[in-house]
Amino acid sequence: MLDAAGIDKPKLSERVGFPGQFGQSRFALARGNGFEAMLKADEGALLLTALGYPALKVGYDDLGADADETLAQRHARTRELLGDEAGAALIDHPLLMLDVAGQTVFLEPDLIAFQRAGRLQVVEIKSFAIIDGQADSAKVSAAATQAAVYVLALRNLLSSLGQDPGLVSHEVVLVCPENFSFSPVAVVLDVRKQLATLRRQLARMASAATLVAALPPDTSFDLALPPETLANALAGVSARYAPECLSACELASYCRNEAAGTTAALGRPVRDALGGIATVEEALALAGGARPANEDQAEAAALLRTAARLRAEALGAPPP
Amino acid sequence: MSTLTALARAQAVASGEAEPIATVRHLHLHRKPFVLVPLTMAGEANAPLAALAGASQMSPTLLVVPQPRNRDQRFRFASELAEVLLPYVDSFTGMAEPIAVDRGRDVRYRFTDAPQLWVPNTGGVEFVKLLGRSTRFRRTDGDYPVPPGVPLLGRWLTYFGQAAEMPGSSLLLNMVQALGLHWATGQSGAEDAQLAAQLAWISPPPGMTGRDAARAAEGAAAGPATDPEFDNKVLAPLMEADDVPGLTTALRDVLQPVWDQMWHALSLLRALPPGARVASRWDADRDGFSAYVAGIEEGLPPQPRRDGPVAAASRLHRLENAATRYGVQRALDDPLVMAEHRLTGAAFAGVVTMAKDDRVDETGKRPVLRPRIMVATTEPVRVEAGANLTSPARPAQKAKVVSITPTPDGADVLLELSGGMGRKLVAEPGSVPAVGERLLLTTLSDAFRPGAAFPDPAQTPWTHGGPVVE
Repeated sequence: MLDAAGIDKPKLSERVGFPGQFGQSRFALARGNGFEAMLKADEGALLLTALGYPALKVGYDDLGADADETLAQRHARTRELLGDEAGAALIDHPLLMLDVAGQTVFLEPDLIAFQRAGRLQVVEIKSFAIIDGQADSAKVSAAATQAAVYVLALRNLLSSLGQDPGLVSHEVVLVCPENFSFSPVAVVLDVRKQLATLRRQLARMASAATLVAALPPDTSFDLALPPETLANALAGVSARYAPECLSACELASYCRNEAAGTTAALGRPVRDALGGIATVEEALALAGGARPANEDQAEAAALLRTAARLRAEALGAPPP
Repeated sequence: MSTLTALARAQAVASGEAEPIATVRHLHLHRKPFVLVPLTMAGEANAPLAALAGASQMSPTLLVVPQPRNRDQRFRFASELAEVLLPYVDSFTGMAEPIAVDRGRDVRYRFTDAPQLWVPNTGGVEFVKLLGRSTRFRRTDGDYPVPPGVPLLGRWLTYFGQAAEMPGSSLLLNMVQALGLHWATGQSGAEDAQLAAQLAWISPPPGMTGRDAARAAEGAAAGPATDPEFDNKVLAPLMEADDVPGLTTALRDVLQPVWDQMWHALSLLRALPPGARVASRWDADRDGFSAYVAGIEEGLPPQPRRDGPVAAASRLHRLENAATRYGVQRALDDPLVMAEHRLTGAAFAGVVTMAKDDRVDETGKRPVLRPRIMVATTEPVRVEAGANLTSPARPAQKAKVVSITPTPDGADVLLELSGGMGRKLVAEPGSVPAVGERLLLTTLSDAFRPGAAFPDPAQTPWTHGGPVVE
């Protein structure tokens, strides 16, 4: 919801007293940009080689640099190129749109839609290395998810143009540096699974408007407001904190503080192992027998009591 | 995550201090461990930036790469690391002991000690593997020669990297995992991945709770990845200015705290008594080390980029075997680990209520000593009649379940004992549990597991490189 309202989350978390540490290293950015620039130089000559078409003469359309002013224009041009039957083979800096929770989101792939044999393929350029045919699995799955978003947006676009969305292949091409060198290697990823997950998630997502309607009418995240007012407003927006948030969201430190004392803050496996009991205090009270278990908790409570007894016995402490 | 460990985490949240989840140390801790704290350049494929390395806490060697994108400087780093690490590895090849094999008909030699490497976290292990991969195929002659020692370093790093995948091996260890094996903190596993925060929970500075100390320590990078903020504000300007002394100071300032944490953590681990079966696992590590030293002397080529199908299958089999054995041994060594099995019903404790220690079974060709005991337990028993149990106190003795009779507060388990009672038809004194003795019984067994027999090349399926069937 905060994202939909376009709120500056890093600033917000700083205002409410939880400055985050986010940012990207200049070195990583430089390498990523360098790799992309190298591939796209000379109308994508090296990229075509990596894709297996070294001598192919294809059209190449650069739709211009990443800039907010050109959004509408680039999107229009993307539509135009894709609508054209004889369309370009390589489209650089295309712009796609996707409806997320009732909001239209612009997608700016740093990538190219590549057309061959009448099929459109999404090409994703990443600067992490593939060493001996293997790459960091977390990075690959992130790239696959990202590419799946583009595939979906591209299919929507084709549908709106009255073309067959099936023209967009569910196989995307990932181009990465090979081993410890800077030379590119292309691998094909099947993103059907990611597409299915994505569709399900998009369908389930409540629209931001519904969420906003549930808030008190005077809720505001104006950064000029005093921190206490902002903190109160944030408290009205419920978050489902999990430790994974720490590496993904600027507000994670705030949410972690909010979630202190819950078993979920220790991670999903801990919560599950404690029988799904919501708070640490409750779990310990059940384990110590200090609190009678209600019907739902009976099984978890018995397990926790046994665990507490065994733990105390093994540590040589008197059983609780 | 077992319920017991999760409970320990919940207790740590309540107390603000880390809680023990082991009563003994489950890894071999070397008298002279070699610590390596590496840093890499962001974005690059394992380009070393700096490292603190050495087997002496007081005098680590600082290695710095002023321009990590420069290939020559990268290999100079590898060469300098080789100059520190290879003599350390070599120092264990001086003394060997004879080991009888093949029932005493033959003898082989094993070095009396082996090297042990420590890195801060799993990223450190990955660094060791990748540096090994990027150096072991290099040549010291030809078009792009690398300094001598670099290819050999690559082989050893690869060897350590592979050993780290073997459950229970103590040749290459990562500190975050080692601490996590012995203590539960009151934060999530994701937060434990930061050595400084995890260590702060376990050993906070005086006057602070573990929780507060951990929050204060958060964000301190333990490598190999650097903090982006540090990259942008400190590293990049120094590199652009080619300020090598400034760079050296800045990198030492990042590495030194991690170095100190490593040694502090080692002293915490050293304070724990070692588990009874840790030494036997270290014997296996020394065996592996001795074999690899011999392999290098015989001129074995560097480890392949990828294992072939047969080698991969047999390695997987060994890893699975090692994982099972390691799990069982930890439970047998440590009542706190065994408690997890008691919770799930794979082990139970009880009191001996009846013991017939002179029972002899005469139904076979020869009479054999088969005493029977009855154990009363109040814990859940999830074994069936006919199952073979052992007790950690008497590892050589097998107890076969004859019957299980439910009682109002648990069960009476009748057991028939064999083994571990001497060779006569009368049990050695004390070898049969006496009435009133408290006994722990488990289905876990530390018995020898033979390696799988893999088919010979002609019989190997084509999926694994065997002949193609027409």
